[in-house]
Amino acid sequence: MIPAAFDYEVAESVEHALGLLAADPDAKVLAGGHSLVPALKLRIARPSKLVDIGRLSDLAYVRDAGSQVAIGALTRHVDVQGDPLLQEHCPIVSMTAGKVGDPQVRHRGTIGGSVAHGDPASDLPSVMRALDAEFVIVGAGGERTVGAGDFFTGVFQTAVGHGELLTEIRVPKLGDTTGWSYLKYHRRAQDWATVGVAAIVHRDNGTATSASVSLTNMGGTPLRASAVEAAIAAGSSPAEAAVHAADDTEPSTDTAASAEFRRHLARVLTERALTQARA
Amino acid sequence: MSATETWGIGAPLKRKEDGPLLRGRGTYVDNLDLPGTVVMIIVRSPYAHARIASIDTAAAKAAEGVVAVFTGADLRDDWKAAMPCAWPVTEDMKNPEHFPLAVSQVNYQGDGVAVVIADTRAHAVDAAELVDAEYDVLEAVVDVAAAARDGGTLVHEELGTNVSYVWPLESGTFDEDADVIVKHTYVQPPLIPNAIEPRGVVARPEPGGDVTLWSATQVPHILRVLTAATLGMSETKLRVIAPDVGGGFGSKCDVYAEELLAGAIARRLGTPVKWIEERSENALATIHGRDFVTTLELAATADGKITSLRANVIASMGAYLQLVTPGIPLLGAWIYAGPYAIPNYSVTFTGVFTNTTPTDAYRGAGRPEATYVLERTMDLLAKELGMDRLELRRRNFITEFPATIASGLTIDSGDYHASLDRLLEHLGLEELEAEQQARRDRDDVKQIGVGFSTYNEMCGLAPSRILGAIRYAAGGWETATIRCLPTGTFQVVTGTSPHGQGHETAWSQIVADQLGCDPSEVEVLHGDTSISPYGLDTYGSRSLPVGGAALWSAGEKIIEKAREIVAHQLEVSADDLEYEAGTFTVKGSPDKEMTVKGAAWAAFTAHNLPDGMEPNLEATATYDPPNFSWPGGAHAAVVEVDTGTGDARLIRYVAIDDVGTVVNPLIVDGQVHGGITQGIATALYEEAIYDEDGNLANGTMAMYLVPSAAELPSYELDRTESKATDHPFGAKGVGETGTIAAAPAVINAVIDALSHLGVTDIQMPATPERVWRAIEEAKQ
Ligand SMILES: Cc1cc2nc3c(=O)[nH]c(=O)nc-3n(C[C@H](O)[C@H](O)[C@H](O)COP(=O)(O)OP(=O)(O)OC[C@H]3O[C@@H](n4cnc5c(N)ncnc54)[C@H](O)[C@@H]3O)c2cc1C
Repeated sequence: MIPAAFDYEVAESVEHALGLLAADPDAKVLAGGHSLVPALKLRIARPSKLVDIGRLSDLAYVRDAGSQVAIGALTRHVDVQGDPLLQEHCPIVSMTAGKVGDPQVRHRGTIGGSVAHGDPASDLPSVMRALDAEFVIVGAGGERTVGAGDFFTGVFQTAVGHGELLTEIRVPKLGDTTGWSYLKYHRRAQDWATVGVAAIVHRDNGTATSASVSLTNMGGTPLRASAVEAAIAAGSSPAEAAVHAADDTEPSTDTAASAEFRRHLARVLTERALTQARA
Repeated sequence: MSATETWGIGAPLKRKEDGPLLRGRGTYVDNLDLPGTVVMIIVRSPYAHARIASIDTAAAKAAEGVVAVFTGADLRDDWKAAMPCAWPVTEDMKNPEHFPLAVSQVNYQGDGVAVVIADTRAHAVDAAELVDAEYDVLEAVVDVAAAARDGGTLVHEELGTNVSYVWPLESGTFDEDADVIVKHTYVQPPLIPNAIEPRGVVARPEPGGDVTLWSATQVPHILRVLTAATLGMSETKLRVIAPDVGGGFGSKCDVYAEELLAGAIARRLGTPVKWIEERSENALATIHGRDFVTTLELAATADGKITSLRANVIASMGAYLQLVTPGIPLLGAWIYAGPYAIPNYSVTFTGVFTNTTPTDAYRGAGRPEATYVLERTMDLLAKELGMDRLELRRRNFITEFPATIASGLTIDSGDYHASLDRLLEHLGLEELEAEQQARRDRDDVKQIGVGFSTYNEMCGLAPSRILGAIRYAAGGWETATIRCLPTGTFQVVTGTSPHGQGHETAWSQIVADQLGCDPSEVEVLHGDTSISPYGLDTYGSRSLPVGGAALWSAGEKIIEKAREIVAHQLEVSADDLEYEAGTFTVKGSPDKEMTVKGAAWAAFTAHNLPDGMEPNLEATATYDPPNFSWPGGAHAAVVEVDTGTGDARLIRYVAIDDVGTVVNPLIVDGQVHGGITQGIATALYEEAIYDEDGNLANGTMAMYLVPSAAELPSYELDRTESKATDHPFGAKGVGETGTIAAAPAVINAVIDALSHLGVTDIQMPATPERVWRAIEEAKQ
């Protein structure tokens, strides 16, 4: 468990980080290190240089941004979990941050690292996909904003290109008529999701009028369960809609579950998440 | 409260060991930093079964910091004997040649093919990547049952078979015409022991060709004699030290390739060599446990009297025979009938080779495998008979002791009804059954079930004559020395080798109780072959039953000699002295007294001893147990099963154990807690999963599901007590009871939770997917 040799530099500002990254095509950003360092130790990742953005404290914040809440990329899971603004306006994000790994992971891992890593088994990406969150990316060419639908591009791949930094994530404020649920199915408290389901439900007097549902670990990226969403929009009950939860998914088979069982879990959890979010 | 109640036998004394260990002040192998140490890294085969075509070490040798690189062929002549297996269970047992590094063929993923020695760990790891080994991959044999069949791929071509041995034990004839016969086949998958400290070794060459070997081992004495034999050196030239050792669960009861490699290479290079196992390396390179497929049959009369038992066991040896690999199934051979009187008895073990990590002792070693199939089948039989599952157990309990059982051994003591009675006092079975019915009635997605396991086991390894009769290559005795120091303190040297069990505390309590001192006045030394009397180490719940008895005998000798000294000093006859808790008093004149400590001072100064008496108060005793130790008890598991996701969780666990006299209830509870947790892990979480090519698919802590406190309820523990009749103070072993009892209780509970849906069987571990499939299949 010793990484291959690499160089290391501490970024002093976003511009400095961008400059360091531009100078070395094999350099990688280091945030909380809780995904990258294990990969280094297993020698799955062999960057030439680590650009440590861990001290860019101006990227650690949660701010009111009108109809949205803006979260700095370097905000640690534990701070997302405890943030009053998120707890009031977008509690699904703070609650889910509290379900990531264990206390050590939550004190070091960052929300930016969690989404930029692009792990299909991660929780926050799925929640972001259900929320249609927006991602602010800066690079040599300036700043751009990417929607969740375009952000997650593949297994361990996102819209953040080489030489770019993710600086901010914006999530919508959920009004009083919006219910939510994130159900993470895992066997041990500190484990990744075997399958997870995030549901955001707009409701009218106890019935769901529309829903966005995102699936964790049911494919290479977080997936929107569009057939479920269509069924809800057409007036189906959670049970009726959930039947479609695994439509068009190709989950993997591993030692935690077969693809077939993952599809079953997606249906069970979707029904439960929709029911919870509607209540 | 008398003094003995606060610190003697039976007192809940906090462990002496814990302060330094919890504060990071322990000395584990990796804490040793000897000048000039070089680091060893093993290059392991990525394939489970392959011929080694070539190994090119040139690039690795040229890498920065590299001191040497050796292949199996390079070191072949360093071995004066093959890797040792101390338990040839039959005369014709097949044992493939096995060396610390493979020479021409690898037989499991993780088999070592080369070693890299470098100045630092980082350099060694870098260079290990540069060792270029080419393989011709062979088909792998993974499935135990398939390996046993004729005509398939052979792990070791030269043996002509995958069967290492067939070992039968038979007494009486199976009643084929019984009113009821139940028969079921059970799979018990391989398990990774996962001691919290992985293995590690440091070998230091000493002047004159001697070697000092520090190893994270349970068995320094056994390691010494067998390492000396393999390296072709005199036993006198090898000193083995087990420093602080962070758990073992049997997995450090072995002689491993890395220990031999470190010793051989330290001698070659003339400098200390250190090897520290990595966590995922541990999953591959340290022995696994279990991996049995067992068919069990029980025959009974219509009123529930069991008349016959027949077990047919196929046990995986893995790729090679390690220290006691072939003997592990045998450790359960006598207890397939558990606490029940079953007159006709037959057990057959077939040991087979597979292309997987070698198996060997893992907590319970052979006995959990027996108890699991028995207690599951007891539930099946009850169902078949339409009888209450506890009533069936009660009708068959052995009630008179000593009891000679059909398998041939004698159980000295026990009270199985008492344990079950106590269990039911705690459990509240009626309320649980009412709750179960209510959930069934409302078709609740979460169902509950209650499962039982009434068990006994044999431990305290072991009477030497019996070991001889079953072809084990050593005895089972143990030795202890007590040295009474002039300052009124006591030095104990034990041949047992604790690695987390708390012997320093328990041994201190025994001496304190017997010789009258405070436990803090007792120093306990262990784990160093150059200071301890010859011993046979720690495994098989033997330390207290055997080593504790040796200690007690040494104490008796101390008292005997002290009595002579005191009589002489007080000018009375030895017969006129009464002894209690460290003090001799003279019958009839209670003001005249002298302590063992006083006698120790007199023996030290030797100014006024009886004529002809040797000075110095010190005694050594060796104890060979006349019988095994026979703990028993009754456990119940209560599970909640989410029938939607298949998730089964423990909501309560109640354990009543009878381990005879308890020296320290805190330590006993700790052993029971850990044991139960490993049994629950076996039932619900853990399994080493191999793919069909023999790749270990879940060899990391992220994928191999060792449960944590968050997944488990607090256990409800209590005890009944029937003292061991052969042991000087009545103690029985407790190191393995929880693991032996727990798994069947949990699986029986899961099946009970789902029985109304038609579920009758679930394979361990009962993962959510297996539970879901069982529910789906029952619907068909
Ligand atoms: C034991 C354990 C359990 C875990 N359990 C869970 C779990 O249950 N659920 C879950 O979702 N996650 C889990 N994680 C992952 C955890 O959430 C990580 O912290 C997170 O995925 C990565 O965040 P980080 O800040 O540590 O990123 P790092 O490890 O530092 O980086 C991860 C990747 O993102 C890139 N990156 C990081 N920040 C930026 C940025 N601002 N801009 C561009 N690229 C960036 C890095 O270059 C790297 O490729 C677990 C981790 C561990 C070690």
